Amino acid sequence: MLGAASASLALPGTAFATVDAVSGRIASITNGSDASGDIISLDMPEIAENGNQVKLSFEVESPMTDDDYVKTVYIFADGNPEPDVAQFHFTPAMGACYGSTRMRLSKTQNVYVLAALSNGSFARAETTVKVTIGGCGG
Amino acid sequence: MAVKEDIQMSDVKPRVKVPKKADKDEVIEIKTLIRHPMHSGRVVDGDGNTIPKKIISRFEAKFNGKTFFSVDIKPSISQNPYLLFPFKVTEAGTFEFLWVEDTGEEFTLKKKIKLN
Repeated sequence: MLGAASASLALPGTAFATVDAVSGRIASITNGSDASGDIISLDMPEIAENGNQVKLSFEVESPMTDDDYVKTVYIFADGNPEPDVAQFHFTPAMGACYGSTRMRLSKTQNVYVLAALSNGSFARAETTVKVTIGGCGG
Repeated sequence: MAVKEDIQMSDVKPRVKVPKKADKDEVIEIKTLIRHPMHSGRVVDGDGNTIPKKIISRFEAKFNGKTFFSVDIKPSISQNPYLLFPFKVTEAGTFEFLWVEDTGEEFTLKKKIKLN
């Protein structure tokens, strides 16, 4: 990874997503309804020395039964070229709602997790990660 | 065999960690990783040429033929995409994992689980 990073450079003039772009994506999903933070947790390091591989873990408190479960967990970032990072689609068959992945962070920025529940409500959490060496190509 | 050779040629290799056995109704943790460069299309090589976009854009997990989890993946996910997720085991059976590249190429892996 380090080898790949040092042998390549991000294209000059690359535009980055913004806080507004992420807010717009979230509003387009929630239709402007409130998203509380008390059933969702997001775990990322406060400081990432290498933005190429930053671990992200989330958990949403949910019974995960047929009539009360988390349908989708969206991940957004406001300092990478695109606001969308990934969408995790859950089902009651999973018995719990958590997940983990590794993401690129081009620079210091905020990462957001938005959960869409089967009853039509939403939950969200966000965190700031300081990046020492940016992950190119994110 | 053809599939195996293709995987070696393109150097894309999936790996999955699933327990061999579980109690009935136990929630297990599944870890998956696929060796893949995740070229975002925003990087230039040493000669100044843009490396074309080529990413794993979709992941699906099935148990006994039924999809229980899927992920839509963007270029912000790191090289060698890693995913961890839960599954509640109610019967013995076979997991089938599928990774789809944005070129349309697919990579699959199967794992079995028994009940204690």
